[in-house]
Amino acid sequence: MAKMRMNKAIAAAIADEMRADESVLLMGEDVGAAEGVFKTSEGLLAEFGPDRVRDTPIAEMGFLGVAVGVAAAGFRPVAEIMFAEFLGVALDQIVTEAAKLRYLSRGTYPVPLVVRASSGPGLGFGAQHSQTLETWFTSTPGLKVVVASGADSAYGLLRAAIRDDDPVVFFEPRALYGDREEVVTDPDRLPLIGKIRTIRSGEQLSVLGLGQTVKLAHAAVEAAGLDADVIDLATVVPWDVEGVLASVQRTGRLATVEANPYTGGWGAIVAAEISTRGFGRLRAPVSRITAPDVPVPYAKNLETEYVPSVDYVARQLSSLVKTDRTPSPWWEETAHV
Amino acid sequence: MSDPEQAERELSRRAQLSEPVERLRRMMEIRHTEDLIKGLFAGGLVAGSTHTCQGQEAVSVGIAASVRPSDAVCCTYRGHGHAMALGMAPEQVVGEILGRTTGCVGGIGGSMHLSSRTIGLMPTMAIIGAGIPIAAGVAWAAQLRGSDDVAVSIFGDGTANIGAFHEGLNIAAVWRLPVIFVCENNLYGEYSPLATTTAVKDIAERATSYAMPSAVVDGQDLDAVASAMGVAVDRARSGGGPTLLEMKTYRYSGHSRSDPATYRPEGELDEWLARDPIDIYASRLQRQGVLDVDAVAALRADIEAEVDRAVETAKQGPEPDRSEMFAHVYAS
Repeated sequence: MAKMRMNKAIAAAIADEMRADESVLLMGEDVGAAEGVFKTSEGLLAEFGPDRVRDTPIAEMGFLGVAVGVAAAGFRPVAEIMFAEFLGVALDQIVTEAAKLRYLSRGTYPVPLVVRASSGPGLGFGAQHSQTLETWFTSTPGLKVVVASGADSAYGLLRAAIRDDDPVVFFEPRALYGDREEVVTDPDRLPLIGKIRTIRSGEQLSVLGLGQTVKLAHAAVEAAGLDADVIDLATVVPWDVEGVLASVQRTGRLATVEANPYTGGWGAIVAAEISTRGFGRLRAPVSRITAPDVPVPYAKNLETEYVPSVDYVARQLSSLVKTDRTPSPWWEETAHV
Repeated sequence: MSDPEQAERELSRRAQLSEPVERLRRMMEIRHTEDLIKGLFAGGLVAGSTHTCQGQEAVSVGIAASVRPSDAVCCTYRGHGHAMALGMAPEQVVGEILGRTTGCVGGIGGSMHLSSRTIGLMPTMAIIGAGIPIAAGVAWAAQLRGSDDVAVSIFGDGTANIGAFHEGLNIAAVWRLPVIFVCENNLYGEYSPLATTTAVKDIAERATSYAMPSAVVDGQDLDAVASAMGVAVDRARSGGGPTLLEMKTYRYSGHSRSDPATYRPEGELDEWLARDPIDIYASRLQRQGVLDVDAVAALRADIEAEVDRAVETAKQGPEPDRSEMFAHVYAS
């Protein structure tokens, strides 16, 4: 156990995996000499040298392709994408190459690649540097999609992702890089990809967060004085249906808290599946608390409004428990039939 | 055929390419297989599309004869000829195109996705340019291991205009990676003549931007291909970094099975047919006294009969079980 900030926990996870396995590499823009623009690779170039910690040109399509190739040839590259939006210019290499090579070679060219990307709103980076983009990857079989929710989950899940034999897209909510918490560094106690993390338990409802909304959901539950399960989904693909169902079976209510636009957000697939498989147990419709369907605005007051706040989430959860109806979001009245 | 038997056969077919007569035979095999594949599509036996390489056989065989099975080859969807040159048997190629378990990846891939790790053939890729940085990555792996293996990236002239080409060549040059970029310039990117899409006449000129050695090569002459490849492969193996080779060649067919290639100027195909790679190489072997006219004809008749049988065998192959679609999506 050690208390550290999330960016340091990420550097520690990469360093520990690089020490444990010579095939682990780190590559990306300014990951070496500059030690990462978010200081997620501090000390790594000094310890492991430029063969294993490699600065790349600003060419995401090119260096992610290189990462796919070096992975198919037996290494375990961790490729850093500075802002998740830069994945857009490299999408082919992830969804059409990395995700398919094992399948198309009948297992002879696996791609044990981790693509790390900082993501999410809240720091005033504007519309093109603030999105949570996990939904770009969730409908591509062959990929795994993981999101860190703080220093501890970042450390554990990143080590698990590096050890995973399949390509993993790993999101790091930028707003949490400075967050400090106790981190379990015991390699025998690493979390499993594909499992929820239960933050606290309660009986009134289940509240599911991902990435930067996990602590937010927790704070909202406390603020509202609710007796709730607070769950970190952690892995979006393959997500822990059984784990969420088990919680809903006890509580009979589920709300998702999402830092992304409503349409197509990760909560949509969760809501569909739990509504189907948990129908007999649900006392209320699954409620999704999200950002509105707009690009992330820059002005401080607007961006603050865009991301669900503790107060807003607390109000929505209280309303859900009180009425057993899904409350309308703040930006519109939603009609129910 | 079991996997080890299959592997042994592929490696033995590869080793045969040290013999000039086998190189000629392999080009004839590719030509006839591609002709029959066109027929299979025309006959409605298979779906989707296919991209054949009649006219470009010297490039395939010249490359395969210049690299070893531990080297990696990363190529595009016009890959049947390269796969066969590298050692894949015609029935594995045709079986794959027919979607049968006898195909190289059990019918899961189809015409555009052939693969065999035994002979270094990564899954052939249906996305223009994708394989260029991937080949650079495989070359980086060899460099990191201190091995003298190389990677070969094969693509068409149309690829020279996509971002991955430029990003991949740049990284390969900056990192001095052991990779050979082989552009098969067959004058058309899909349906469009090169001059309508590309500012340079020779794709090889693009290497200048990346301070990379390059060469324009007669892609219809197997010996010229092998010789240029030899120089580039030696450079890569000895730490000299990447090379861009441009093979001037021609596809006798259209871009894909649905393309009748009516955009070609009259007479162009005939000019290229007069420089057919199989004829050029056969004539050379005759001049050298290796084969006479009758022996060339016998060789052709022999290999064509063999390919005919292989295609018939492939047609009899079983369809994959539905459980196969769930295999190898993830490691476990």
